[in-house]
Amino acid sequence: MSITISNISKSYKEVNALNNISFEVKKGELFGLIGPDGAGKTTLFRILTTLLIADEGEATVAGFDVVNDYKSIRNHVGYMPGRFSLYQDLTVEENLNFFATIFGTTIEENYDLIKDIYVQIEPFKNRRAGKLSGGMKQKLALSCALIHKPKVLFLDEPTTGVDPVSRKEFWEMLKRLQQKGITILVSTPYMDEAALCDRIALIQDGKILEIDTPEEIVKHYPKTLYNVRANKMYELIENLKGYEHQYSVYPFGEFVHYSDTRADFDPEALKQYLEAKKLTDIIIEITEPTIEDTFMELAK
Amino acid sequence: MKKENVIQAKNLTKKFGDFTAVDAITFEVGQGEIFGFLGANGAGKTTAMKMLIGISIPTSGAAEVANFDVFTQAEEIKKNIGYMSQKFALYDDLTVKENITFYGGIYGLSRERIKEKRCQLVEELGLQEVVDELVSSLPLGWKQKLAFSVALLHEPKIIFLDEPTGGVDPITRRQFWEMIYKTANDGTTVFVTTHYMDEAEYCDRVSIMVNGKIEALDTPKKLKEQFEAETMNDVFLKLARSPSPALPKGKGEINSNLNEYELKKSSPLGR
Repeated sequence: MSITISNISKSYKEVNALNNISFEVKKGELFGLIGPDGAGKTTLFRILTTLLIADEGEATVAGFDVVNDYKSIRNHVGYMPGRFSLYQDLTVEENLNFFATIFGTTIEENYDLIKDIYVQIEPFKNRRAGKLSGGMKQKLALSCALIHKPKVLFLDEPTTGVDPVSRKEFWEMLKRLQQKGITILVSTPYMDEAALCDRIALIQDGKILEIDTPEEIVKHYPKTLYNVRANKMYELIENLKGYEHQYSVYPFGEFVHYSDTRADFDPEALKQYLEAKKLTDIIIEITEPTIEDTFMELAK
Repeated sequence: MKKENVIQAKNLTKKFGDFTAVDAITFEVGQGEIFGFLGANGAGKTTAMKMLIGISIPTSGAAEVANFDVFTQAEEIKKNIGYMSQKFALYDDLTVKENITFYGGIYGLSRERIKEKRCQLVEELGLQEVVDELVSSLPLGWKQKLAFSVALLHEPKIIFLDEPTGGVDPITRRQFWEMIYKTANDGTTVFVTTHYMDEAEYCDRVSIMVNGKIEALDTPKKLKEQFEAETMNDVFLKLARSPSPALPKGKGEINSNLNEYELKKSSPLGR
């Protein structure tokens, strides 16, 4: 196991940031921690990277205990915090050199690991880190987190606020790193990114809701789910919410995801109800649940 | 039924030195419309939005927002629009009640009206228990819903939302969109930027900016047809993956970061 977490709890004054969390990440796995702001993701990252001590429970990273062997862990993990944490007044190259030196290595020694990523920012290597665009900062931070060839990489919300194109590129980079044998624990509030992980943990309010592969997680959705569409979105949502047999009503792109409390639900009856409410162009069809549907069901 | 346009932009342009952040964009937004304003990081969205809300003077072109001119009537625009961003929306070190009162005052509402609005808003959002709590203690989702309502206190014709739902949990994100639908249904125009492509589908019309230009503008349905794509995410990936070099994009982001700094420094009206 690359990471083991058993019964970890952490509180800040009255806030229970993590509540008895346990899971394991296998060697070479790309593991996603999926949950909204305030779920406890960052607290867990800080505990695993030895920057914070848990109130209760134990954890190991790359075989080292997070409390007793904290110095060894720091030599063997890379950590990219959610907030940009490089030296803004050093250049791109100076930052990278600095982190390499700290870990007793050189850029040249591990260049093959960061090459793919670093070549994209190399044209700006004399620019100060503080003057880089968001996407370039992200690439520099990842390069710095990798320069000492870590066994485990921790990425805390690397794609928050990043546009879909850059997000896609970032995940492609992660997949390539994984192929080089690095274990990756990554957190994200974007549910669509969950599908790109080997396994995921859904986390909310300091509790793990579910841990499994993305494919298995969506199978746990308990209802038959329907896509519903009509000519007017707002009226459609309002009327579905007012329908006495509704179990869940959530807008989902161009559709509303609807599930019904009854086992013998007949879509035709719902259609008639909506027509009586003067909606037109009604479509009701069965659809596959997504991780987001499952998350919302579990978080209910 | 032809509805009045609340935003009209014609060849609106903003240059920083020799770099063109916004390159002659032309579009209109109608009353009660939900208008999605999309683009990759650094495409020029924030710069364009700043011109429309009256805190950045365009280099050239023309635009009217709520029937006021962006060149000569910026102060009038600020009074007649609502604005909320993910980064800065409410004062963390004021309570819920104080924030509402403060913004009501800024927008020139009478004491009575503020009180009335405050009661209504607290009830609608179910904030009775936390009305005297500091905003910093609220969960992000509550903060965003409160910020949205506060930006509507003075009943503006149009509300600008800059990535209002980033990092918010999926249920709250949807509650937030239901508030958007309701607002638009009541006749207020909603101008919104987002990185969630499922949210782009919720908009009446969507524009996509690439390197300072509006490269596509239509209903989500028509855009999907035009680009032969299943989802808005695919449309976005097809369009926004521009072949241009990284340099101008980078420059654009630096400029927009500088503007953010100016935005924070500027008057509370320019939230």
